[in-house]
Amino acid sequence: MIAASNLASPTSPFALKDCALITLATGTKAQNLREFAEGLQNASLDSFIHHFWGRLLTPTFDEPEYNNDFASWAYHGLHDKPLAERLSMVIPTDYPDLEALRQEVVDVVEQRLDESELVPWAKADQQFYFLRSHIVIFDTGRRFTDPEELLPVFPTLSTGSIYYHFIDAQGRTENRCNDFTVWLSGLGECYRELGQKLCCVDPYFSSLKELRKIVTAIFRDCFDGEKR
Amino acid sequence: MAKATNKTVKGIIEEYKAVVGDEVISHLQQLSKPLRGARVVHVNSTREGGGVAEILHKLIPLKQALGINATWEVITGESRFYQCTKGFHNALQGVPQSIPDGLLRAYEETNQRNAEDLRQKLVDADVVFIHDPQPAPLLAQMPERKGRWVWRCHIDASHPYRPVWKYLKQWVTPYDASIFSLPEFAQKLPHPQYIIAPSIDPLSDKNRDLPEREIQSVCQEFGLNPEVPIVLQVSRYDRFKDPLGVIEAYKLASKLTPLQLVLAGGGASDDPEGEAVLREVRQAANGDPNIHVLLLPADAHRTINALQRTADIVMQKSIKEGFGLTVSEGMWKGKPVIGGDTGGIRLQVINHYTGFLVHTPEGAALRIRYLLHRRDVLEEIGARARRFVKENYLITRHLREYLTLMNSLLSGSQERIEVGS
Repeated sequence: MIAASNLASPTSPFALKDCALITLATGTKAQNLREFAEGLQNASLDSFIHHFWGRLLTPTFDEPEYNNDFASWAYHGLHDKPLAERLSMVIPTDYPDLEALRQEVVDVVEQRLDESELVPWAKADQQFYFLRSHIVIFDTGRRFTDPEELLPVFPTLSTGSIYYHFIDAQGRTENRCNDFTVWLSGLGECYRELGQKLCCVDPYFSSLKELRKIVTAIFRDCFDGEKR
Repeated sequence: MAKATNKTVKGIIEEYKAVVGDEVISHLQQLSKPLRGARVVHVNSTREGGGVAEILHKLIPLKQALGINATWEVITGESRFYQCTKGFHNALQGVPQSIPDGLLRAYEETNQRNAEDLRQKLVDADVVFIHDPQPAPLLAQMPERKGRWVWRCHIDASHPYRPVWKYLKQWVTPYDASIFSLPEFAQKLPHPQYIIAPSIDPLSDKNRDLPEREIQSVCQEFGLNPEVPIVLQVSRYDRFKDPLGVIEAYKLASKLTPLQLVLAGGGASDDPEGEAVLREVRQAANGDPNIHVLLLPADAHRTINALQRTADIVMQKSIKEGFGLTVSEGMWKGKPVIGGDTGGIRLQVINHYTGFLVHTPEGAALRIRYLLHRRDVLEEIGARARRFVKENYLITRHLREYLTLMNSLLSGSQERIEVGS
């Protein structure tokens, strides 16, 4: 899926990137749960990336009460709380690939349809629109050879940088991890623990700004702890 | 249109950099690098007036400043052509229209004639942006075209009147891509459909910083009392903007809170319904000295700017709304916005964060009273609203998405575009 040149190399300086998304309509929409199930079956896998992860870069202040667009629509569009809760607990990183993720989402929706006496409908202006996105990657021009140099940089990272190195990296890195862990793995045993801690961060339950705080704290603990 | 000189080019970039920061400008520069020298032509049907012309006046010099050979062409037509395209506009917004064959012929012939005038420029262009339905048939007149053609629909086409959309679709289908402002507006078309939200220009007369004395002078001109809180709605006198609901909300809120209401709208001389709504608004205001119903000329941008800056709360209590740029305009001035829970207002007003979404005059009155009672919250929401617009609804984001689209199209619709390496 990703060109090899995009992979973070553990032996070269860390290249700090930034990114943005541009949204595309797919032409598929759903007014009720039945149409939603059909849309999920037929949507391109890109749509799943957009609705699970791309939302993190869309303009919103919403706390991720529901962690993906499907769950949000179940709550705000269909007013179906049980479905919203179940969809919210479909964790994309639990599935080996996007097709498996799709099947899980479809299963959850189909189960809800089986339980429903009437097919839940959304109001006319609350339809679900299946979207996808293209990513554009920018080079900040900043390179780092020593992990400690990143310490003052983390609090100032753009949300685009966080998205690229933590979220987008899951599709590019071998263990579906993040670019920092890949890079640190090439710098010797002393950074193994830091790399592992970063890899354990669950980006699914955080906004990008919260993720930045978490990562900054991990770096600070590592280097300040060393100094102590 | 004259090309920007080297001096103005540098000036434009520097001016925007001062507002949006180095990082945003760097992204634009990286995206424009592969497009340097590319011939990009925008075509619409008016040089002045309306949101499309307003945005092109800014986008073209910005693209030129970034090294893109961008130009702007305007098609011309007779009254029958505009009669027809006005019908298209209404029909795309869902109003049933019967457009006689004679008008459709005038539409097609006007496009044929304009195609001859513009042929060389359009055939050789690398990317052509056709704005709205007026010039849409130009593509069909250019079988020898070399570049990519994009149809940009600025209209709320969420529920188009189907017979008219069916006619227009034949002209739009062959395009390489189209752009809609919201996902709700997109249609079933056999090419990529990009979603690019509108934007405001922070350096335009309507949005740039104003000297305090100019703001005070506008207040004096309209007899506004600086000691009494002001709630403002800027919009046409149109039932969908619910000005009567705004007056009702004012009446409910002002029972306990001293308040002034300003309704500021454009001239309604060519719009019989607008005149009727204005009459109803004046009737509902019933001579209340604290309700100011203003009828402003189309170019009163600085006056609107001053009113927005002097207001404590901006309202856009629409019942139906395409996007509602007045929302972003108010937010850019650090004002919380109370907006109708509809259309593009939902994208801009995030409940409790940048303002409040309401469904009734009672809801609006409740939020007015809350915000005026809790000045700390009003200030906090206003500050967040400005930041939100800065990050999402300025022209630089709009341009970034245009440049991304062009890179994507010229590189064969790639899903990942890497620039600046």
